[in-house]
Amino acid sequence: MATPAETRALARYEPPRPKGLFGRFRLAMEKWTYTQGGPDLEARLARLVAPQNEYGVDPFGLELEFTKAAIAPALWMYRNWFRVECHGIANVPPGRVMLIANHSGQLPMDGMMIGISMLVEAEPPRVCRAMVEKWAPTLPFVAPFFARVGQVVGTPENCRRLLAAGETIMVFPEGVRGLNKTYEKKYQLQEFGSGFMRLALETKTPIVPVAVIGAEEQAQALWDFKSAARFLGLPALPITATLLPLPLPVKYHLHFGEPMTFTGSHDDDDAELDRKVREVKARLQGMLDSGVAARRSIF
Amino acid sequence: MSPGGDTRMDGSVLITGISGNLGRTLAKVLHRTERVIGLDRRPFPGKPKDLEVHHVDIRKRKVEDIFRHGGIKAMIHMAIIHDPRLPQAEHHQFNVLGTKAVLEHAAKYGVKKVVILSSTNVYGPQPENDNFLTEDSPLLGSQRFPDIRDLVEVDMVAQQAMWKHPEMETVIVRPVHIVGPNVKNAPSNYLRIKRPWTIAGFDPMVQLIHEEDAALAMTLALQPGIRGVYNIVGPGELPLSAVLKELGRLPIPVPHLLARPLLSKLFQYRMAGFPEAELDHLQFLCTVDGTRAERDFGFRPTYTLRETIRSVLGEVPPRVPRTTAA
Repeated sequence: MATPAETRALARYEPPRPKGLFGRFRLAMEKWTYTQGGPDLEARLARLVAPQNEYGVDPFGLELEFTKAAIAPALWMYRNWFRVECHGIANVPPGRVMLIANHSGQLPMDGMMIGISMLVEAEPPRVCRAMVEKWAPTLPFVAPFFARVGQVVGTPENCRRLLAAGETIMVFPEGVRGLNKTYEKKYQLQEFGSGFMRLALETKTPIVPVAVIGAEEQAQALWDFKSAARFLGLPALPITATLLPLPLPVKYHLHFGEPMTFTGSHDDDDAELDRKVREVKARLQGMLDSGVAARRSIF
Repeated sequence: MSPGGDTRMDGSVLITGISGNLGRTLAKVLHRTERVIGLDRRPFPGKPKDLEVHHVDIRKRKVEDIFRHGGIKAMIHMAIIHDPRLPQAEHHQFNVLGTKAVLEHAAKYGVKKVVILSSTNVYGPQPENDNFLTEDSPLLGSQRFPDIRDLVEVDMVAQQAMWKHPEMETVIVRPVHIVGPNVKNAPSNYLRIKRPWTIAGFDPMVQLIHEEDAALAMTLALQPGIRGVYNIVGPGELPLSAVLKELGRLPIPVPHLLARPLLSKLFQYRMAGFPEAELDHLQFLCTVDGTRAERDFGFRPTYTLRETIRSVLGEVPPRVPRTTAA
């Protein structure tokens, strides 16, 4: 399938000299990114490629110059707050790949940290595309921010298109069922959707399971205030011990498993698909259990 | 236009809605290579001398006469009203009944090719949209903007013609927002505002196409053998804020909860030219994939992204778009 990126003539993009308050702020943030990462990171980020047009955005709205500035606070959290430790990141193959991770922690910090690990530790460095919830585009400020840093609404068509273009996709098959579960269900994978498996089969994409250890403890939800959530139009309204779901400085471990490849038709019936989904889920659950057992402290 | 070369003389191309800004642009492009007959109830200012224009309402009986005598080999149908000020009944009647009528005539008198101008508005801007809608995407445009349901229906009527009259090559073109020095539609009017509203905290990707490129796409769709539905995309997509910045605009960000009731009142009292539902275009994606048109009839825009945006200012000199006849 031809992607928009391949079919358009792309002009060279020369970032303009930053002007105004926003421009200066952006430049300061970009400097912060580089001071945290050193010259290594600057060289790594310079290797990122996106098919930019003359306005510096790719067809999905990713703006690399913006991204380099916007990741500064996330990178700070990666290094100093969660002190993320990656295990087996070399398992992530170059090119088209689907990262399948457990989702937890009330706020999607786990996705952010996996995204940063793909930028600062993976080889080659890349902007990882999370398949975000369909209500994200209705949120002011969040919607354009997500788009500029390369996050895309999780429709099958978007996923197919990005995989065809050789991109790295991050999927949380549990969705909000995992993100906003209450604390007594920690490290128990919730129901998996099967959409990712159909797309992986269709596009022959390897799946890398990613176990996130630590995020469960960052904001422990005691109770989900469902009726208020419905009233406010939110997927859930977790009440945590700290009232607001602000993340505690827990330690994150990201375990990247061996790539799994599946064969078969993406049009198989649900029972056959479910068998394959369960295989991924079992692998991920195993990685979660051993990851939890191996850590010494949650901090 | 036709590859045979000699078929040029044995038929003409009928353009409905030729007096509109886009219609005149198309007529000037097409009339160099084809015999063009125009149909429009409005006058055609600056009409080339050798261009034949019938000033009739497309719903009238007299229109059938043009088909009966004209030797028409192809029709480009763009007599579609978009004026949000007109009463519902009026544009519904004109658009739906008019389209139905001319398609029936075309089928009856053996017109080989029909091109209908629809637009990507039939998909509608929606938060859950794919980033690149294909021609198979559902037409949900009137879900959030009921006033344009006649435009969706025009597209449906044209789709019906495909199976009702398989002998007639029917093409529906759905261009993205058409802008240019001459067109006066909602997107180009919006871009001409010095201090336009934006929705605070939203900055969707948008696609624009130059009016001449849209006209070029319609002429390319006249090639024999082409049939079906085609999205027509300009030279790429970019954030709305980048478009406004390129034009040197100073946008006023308005929170969406405030913008909708406010614009609805302003429109009601004729202090704004846009109905409130148009705000969706400033908030959500309605961007499409145009690869099918490029693959099947080689459409590529001739204006660059920057030229396309700046064309609303009327400062980019118009140029002669290429045609396949060359």
